[in-house]
Amino acid sequence: MNILVFIKQVPDTNEVRIDPKTGTLIREGVPSIINPDDKNAIEEALRIKEEVGAKVTVVTMGPPQAEKALREALAMGVDEAVLLTDRAFAGADTWATSLVLAKAAEKLGYDLIFAGRQAIDGDTAQVGPEIAEHLNLPQVTYVEKVEVLDGEVRVRRALEDGYETLRVKLPCLLTCIKELNNPRYMNIYDIFTCYSKEIKVMGLSDLGLQKEEVGLIGSPTKVKKSFTKGPKAQGEKFDLPPHEAANIITEKLKGMHLI
Amino acid sequence: MDFSLTREQQLAKEMFEKFVENEVRPIASEIDETERFPIETVKKMGKLGMMGIPFEREVGGAGGDFITYIMAVEELAKACATTSVILSAHTSLCCWPIYTFGTDEQKAKYLPKLLKGEYLGAFALTEPNAGTDAASQQTTARLEGDYYILNGSKVFITNGGYADVFIVFAMTDRSKGTKGISAFIVEKGFEGFSIGKIEEKMGIRASSTAELIFKDCKVPKENLLGKEGMGFKIAMATLDGGRIGIAAQALGIAEGALNEAIKYMKERKQFGKPIATFQGLQFYIAEMATKVEAARNLVYKAAWKKQTGQNYSMDASMAKLYASETAMEVTTKAVQIFGGYGYTKDYPVERMMRDAKITEIYEGTSEVQKMVISANILK
Repeated sequence: MNILVFIKQVPDTNEVRIDPKTGTLIREGVPSIINPDDKNAIEEALRIKEEVGAKVTVVTMGPPQAEKALREALAMGVDEAVLLTDRAFAGADTWATSLVLAKAAEKLGYDLIFAGRQAIDGDTAQVGPEIAEHLNLPQVTYVEKVEVLDGEVRVRRALEDGYETLRVKLPCLLTCIKELNNPRYMNIYDIFTCYSKEIKVMGLSDLGLQKEEVGLIGSPTKVKKSFTKGPKAQGEKFDLPPHEAANIITEKLKGMHLI
Repeated sequence: MDFSLTREQQLAKEMFEKFVENEVRPIASEIDETERFPIETVKKMGKLGMMGIPFEREVGGAGGDFITYIMAVEELAKACATTSVILSAHTSLCCWPIYTFGTDEQKAKYLPKLLKGEYLGAFALTEPNAGTDAASQQTTARLEGDYYILNGSKVFITNGGYADVFIVFAMTDRSKGTKGISAFIVEKGFEGFSIGKIEEKMGIRASSTAELIFKDCKVPKENLLGKEGMGFKIAMATLDGGRIGIAAQALGIAEGALNEAIKYMKERKQFGKPIATFQGLQFYIAEMATKVEAARNLVYKAAWKKQTGQNYSMDASMAKLYASETAMEVTTKAVQIFGGYGYTKDYPVERMMRDAKITEIYEGTSEVQKMVISANILK
């Protein structure tokens, strides 16, 4: 079984500060990490490999520095790593990104694809589902349990107030949440061999894509402005029994013509 | 001259830091309090290759290097000195002598399991009457047929209560003095071998410091390590390397206490402002940080010399002497910075201060290190 795991290198948001003037992230000096949900994806792929046997390939799109995230995945025990990098990919939104990743999946071949639910820098949760759409694959999001059966997987999908269990035919794409497992640490054996392994690098032409389809040009999303919401005033406080408080709220809302 | 870590060492450091935050720091205070040996941590370290870092994969090791091993001891010690000495005694004092002096058969039999952490190792030299005077061994070994018969006892043996494999020193020929000492690989469960008293200690309280008793203990003669009479040489060579491990432990303890002190100084307010704004305490921090940095340079230089095949005996002693005295001084100052709170178990610095003391004593006291250093200089 060929398992692909799509990962993203993100700034460690625990250490990120926001520039109060521009409202953008200050990335200088902030360590880069593998996106946390993606680590759950790697762990699940490795667990399945240990359980039923599989080749696990980890794939990322990013600048050349994203190699560090791939080395870290190799140091956790994945078999192969692929870096999708090209100047033309820069500035991609989730659509353009997922197109590149889907093309890579087609080139690499797969039986099962894992992705993290969402990245801590963008929080869109769109890339995984969009890859599945590009590839016309069944997908399950918010996966918290996976069982590999014959030619299919049984997965548990977390809902706000419960969960649903689904059986999905392979090939399919699953997006992982942190409840799925505890990602393993890197280990000394793989740390000391991960830099001698070859990382496959693929660019625009390797994927058979055109410039217009990728990067900023291929991105339908346009960011008009990003800003930090100003602090709100404290508001009025009433310490009253519930019945009277409800009346006050109703009056206030009526006064604002909201109800 | 290059002080930077390799890419592999950098990844390993990240891994150790995460492991320590998740697996070691959360239980450090509990195992100190209850004197519970953290066997589960040992097993976890084994799976990650941490119990065999500086040994090649061909012999069952993790294929890392000596500096990475030293880094592991240091990172563990920042949060828990007990866990760091378990790793250090296992790697430096048991795996290393088997790797260095063992026959192919001995290596094949013991190293794969030791280096994967399936077996835990220990080193048994000290006796009730042979501490710093290690040469006056009273444990004896005599050859009878296919077995050496060991009689005597050892004390203060780190990992003692939980180890599977022990490097044990005994007199095979008293008339030859130090040249009459031999080393043996003894397994837990050998007939006539038992564990005696487990010491209650001031610091590193969970590390299982045990007495070993040998009563007509039968050790197969193929378990003689090196040749008869080589024991003292093996012990001294082993301790040279072990000292870098203890120096790294001391360095880690000092760094751990320094980090706690820095954090506390920024939080704690007196006279309406953080105590970090008071120059008296700022000077403490400056001195502590400078000594820690000096200790780090001595420790890593000794480790680098060992890794690159240079003579490191004096460097190891200097590193151990300075790092252990720094650990004692820095942890004591950290308690002072914390004031009354530092003297309580609400904060980890009192434990760090208790833990630091042993680094000035075991694997050669500070006084022994000075003897080694001066002997190297004045020879």
